Amino acid sequence: MTAVYTGLALIMFAFTYPSRAVGLLAPGIDRLPKSALDYLQLVGPAILSALAAVNVMIAVEDGHSVFTVGLPWLSVLACIAFVAWRRNLFIGLAAAVLIAIVGRGLGLG
Amino acid sequence: MADGGLPAAGVPTVRSARRRLAFDGIGIMVSGVGFGFVYGLTARTDAGFSPIDVMAMSVFVFAGAAQFAAIGYVAAGVPWPVIGILTGLLNARHVLYSAALGPWFRGRSFGERAVAAQVLTDEVFALSLSHFRRLGRFDAFGYWFAGIVIDFIPWFLGTLSGALLGDAIVDPERLGLDVIFAAAMAGLAVGLITSRRELVAAVVGAVVGVAVSLVVSPTLGIIAGGFVGPAAGLLVPASAQDRAPSRNVAPPDRYLMSRTHKEPPPEAEEAP
Repeated sequence: MTAVYTGLALIMFAFTYPSRAVGLLAPGIDRLPKSALDYLQLVGPAILSALAAVNVMIAVEDGHSVFTVGLPWLSVLACIAFVAWRRNLFIGLAAAVLIAIVGRGLGLG
Repeated sequence: MADGGLPAAGVPTVRSARRRLAFDGIGIMVSGVGFGFVYGLTARTDAGFSPIDVMAMSVFVFAGAAQFAAIGYVAAGVPWPVIGILTGLLNARHVLYSAALGPWFRGRSFGERAVAAQVLTDEVFALSLSHFRRLGRFDAFGYWFAGIVIDFIPWFLGTLSGALLGDAIVDPERLGLDVIFAAAMAGLAVGLITSRRELVAAVVGAVVGVAVSLVVSPTLGIIAGGFVGPAAGLLVPASAQDRAPSRNVAPPDRYLMSRTHKEPPPEAEEAP
């Protein structure tokens, strides 16, 4: 059993870990001005929604980003609706998966 | 759990908040095993990774999107230093995560924060930030539970299984697993929205993310959404928080960061 690409894993670690650690290890991060803390409070909703939207709406074909519409939209919207209604992520995810399975079973996506 | 685990007073106990964290994490664990399996399988068949390589990737890198991308880079013959740089760009959004979580880790040891950084992923950020906000303070058990039990172990076991059981046939789309990541991120974002400011930040983040993705790349789109969304949210007057559009019954001050918050009384630590 070889470990040819373990070196690559270490290189990728070296380029990933600093971005994960900088905010946790930087001294004084908790003494930032109120406006900066307010900004950081909003990072969560913004970046999570960006992740979800890009994941569902963008596909990369031949190196180019293209806008896509499909069944995953319905799954994600159902999850959002359930979480907003019941405040329960698990039910939302179950609904999203169920819609994807049933939809594909019906040949919708 | 329809009430989010909140007792009548509107302030969750640590136990109920942790129960909610575990419940929210179930879907992410299933997704981690499923996609981890696909990753391990693909890494072995498409890029020639050995099970040791796959384990090393999952331990040292521990970033699903970057690990999947690396398979394509290796298969395409991209030089390793270039793969490192591309990985850094793809994971640049973690700067925002760590900066947002930093204040919650106030007073924790350097060693704990250094190790905590390694398990900081999209999912762990979302789960732990929601958990801290629900409690109104840092909870080490909650962070490590999210990082190790919910995220790392399922991903690691899934990738290892995929690498070892390479002949198995899996179809994550047929099982609906491909929608879990996006649905989880969207659902967790909704859980964080307690005011008009956060709603604006989320909507603008999504719109900017998609727009920049179309023009430049998805990686930069996500980063741009993460930077521009909060700036747009700050344009909304802070008083709007009192008119929260969500159904969350908790008072707005529970969502302040740790430095602005009093620690709960000891009897609130564990309720029977």
